[in-house]
Amino acid sequence: MSKPKTLFEKVWEQHLVAEPANEPTLLYIDLHLVHEVTSPQAFDGLRLAGRKLRRPDRTVATVDHNVPTTPNRLIIEDAIAAKQIDTLRKNCQEFGVELYDIQSPNQGIVHVIGPELGLTKPGMTIVCGDSHTSTHGAFGALAFGIGTSEVEHVMATQCLQQSKPKTFRISVEGELPSGVTAKDIVLGIIGRIGNDGATGHVVEYAGSAIRALSMEGRMTICNMSIEAGARAGMIAPDETTFAYLKDRGFSPEGKAWDNAVAEWRQLQTDPGATFDRELLIKAEELTPFVTWGTNPGMVVPITGHVPGPTESHSEAERRSFNQALTYMALKPGTAIEDIAIDRVFIGSCTNSRIEDLRAAAKVVTGYHVYSHVRAMVVPGSHHVKTQAEQEGLDKIFIEAGFEWREPGCSMCLGMNPDILQPGERCASTSNRNFEGRQGRGGRTHLVSPEMAAAAAVTGHFTDIRQWEYKGEEVLA
Amino acid sequence: MQPFRVVNSVVTPLDRANVDTDQIIPKQFLKRIERTGYGEFLFFDWRREPEFFVNQPRYQGSQILVAAKNFGCGSSREHAAWALFDYGFRCVIAPTFADIFHSNAGKNGILLVTLPEKDVDHLLGQASHHEGYRLTVSLENETIHDDHGFEAKFSIDPFRRYCLLEGLDDIGLTLRHAAALDAFETQHNEKFWLTPRA
Repeated sequence: MSKPKTLFEKVWEQHLVAEPANEPTLLYIDLHLVHEVTSPQAFDGLRLAGRKLRRPDRTVATVDHNVPTTPNRLIIEDAIAAKQIDTLRKNCQEFGVELYDIQSPNQGIVHVIGPELGLTKPGMTIVCGDSHTSTHGAFGALAFGIGTSEVEHVMATQCLQQSKPKTFRISVEGELPSGVTAKDIVLGIIGRIGNDGATGHVVEYAGSAIRALSMEGRMTICNMSIEAGARAGMIAPDETTFAYLKDRGFSPEGKAWDNAVAEWRQLQTDPGATFDRELLIKAEELTPFVTWGTNPGMVVPITGHVPGPTESHSEAERRSFNQALTYMALKPGTAIEDIAIDRVFIGSCTNSRIEDLRAAAKVVTGYHVYSHVRAMVVPGSHHVKTQAEQEGLDKIFIEAGFEWREPGCSMCLGMNPDILQPGERCASTSNRNFEGRQGRGGRTHLVSPEMAAAAAVTGHFTDIRQWEYKGEEVLA
Repeated sequence: MQPFRVVNSVVTPLDRANVDTDQIIPKQFLKRIERTGYGEFLFFDWRREPEFFVNQPRYQGSQILVAAKNFGCGSSREHAAWALFDYGFRCVIAPTFADIFHSNAGKNGILLVTLPEKDVDHLLGQASHHEGYRLTVSLENETIHDDHGFEAKFSIDPFRRYCLLEGLDDIGLTLRHAAALDAFETQHNEKFWLTPRA
């Protein structure tokens, strides 16, 4: 019998092009997702070297980072952003790449559209010039972010030079308490292992609490793998995965579908396979989490307090703590629930899918956004937006006082006009609370969609487990 | 890419942990379509502080940056490596680096040197307290030393070392394996379920 293998090892081995001595492995890439920000210099590199794009049929592009999220967004006022988007159009035309442009029904955040169109499939290798490419690992794909030189490398060769990462299994066992979401699982994990706790590793998320999650929840978890420093996050495909993929645009059909599912079923970690590291998390012990600092590892339960540096911290850690407290304008000992907010952002490749919007809409039904709070919902894609509108979610948000916007990355990183003003504090469903990420001087707290919605209503962080839902019958 | 052999330079201390690529080059500069010209935007928000190193004459022309752990975490933006290089840095020394930044730096002629935390603390102290403090970093010997008795060995992946020393283009190296790639692709294509187009 052959040696038991992990899910990662199976996908890795199926993509080995060459293993030259004393050089990195050449790994074949099945799908290359491209967007406007990290591609122009790569296309330019091809042109300069007189190289072709090897597999346009394995390359798909969209615009997401820069696009405005206002209704009249075909005219982009920011001339530099407009030029970057126009450059992508020209490059896609020149090199024969399919582009889902602003007005395309398939446009959206690259990590939302890949799965929803059925481009993302189990067992694939997927790359994109964006660190949140780890999202696609939710389908049992090996997916990771790359820099622009590597984007050019994939364009030219359809493969990448890679050293083999280590493996790390994180098992979340048991049943999630009510009000605790996939976002809280991953924030809890990062809080536990730290923002560099998985550096050099591919994480496989396993266990009954992971199996019980929808694909949307699994994507939220894999998405934030990079926030723990991981090369990638993966979850073995199962019936939930297959049900999600069935009848998607790029999914196989008929006999081909049956064959595909049979192959995908093999993509499980074999019993007895070993990992370089293992961690067990008990789902029952998880709570809704809120980040307080300037990296995603700085996180506490909603019922907790802003921590301060203690004797057990090294001098360097104490300095980091104090820098974060100063930037966030918080004092140690402050109850998280006493922190008032100015803005709410529901969106990003972490939490802008239909299930996220349903969950947030359910919280705000029958309520109104707090007087001084400005709150916005930015669906992850045109398809998500259309579906939400068919379900009447847009009306719920608008009646509650939210702005209902067009799809894109928006205030997750504020490359378009959606930014925080200096000093503004935001409850955000995105993935990074770095200094200035959502706008210079802006203060970001990462939470689940439910927690963001509740904070929008009360004006401060609020324990969703105590929420009085008013509109369950509306969204039955 | 510019080869890296030996650098002797004034050392710039950046005594912060978890320096993310959003700090190295904020998002508003990612809209440009060029590969050069990012140096003037390096650490754009932090450089507003008068004490920040870019505002101190003593660190002008420095090619060596020393920082605390987990340097380059967060976004995959290669603009961070371009900005460091364009500003003039050829070498960053830290206890640990984030993976994607590590790869991006190597492809732009920037040497990343991993040293134990106590050595990094020592270098941060020296560079902060002694104006004109210099280090010599030799990739050929995989050593670092100053003129006051500090000396450390470091190690780097042999392939990365070779590419940096020679200034080699990755794509050219990969294309030496074109036959293996063609052969692999032919059999791999038959696995319909890996082909994006339905």
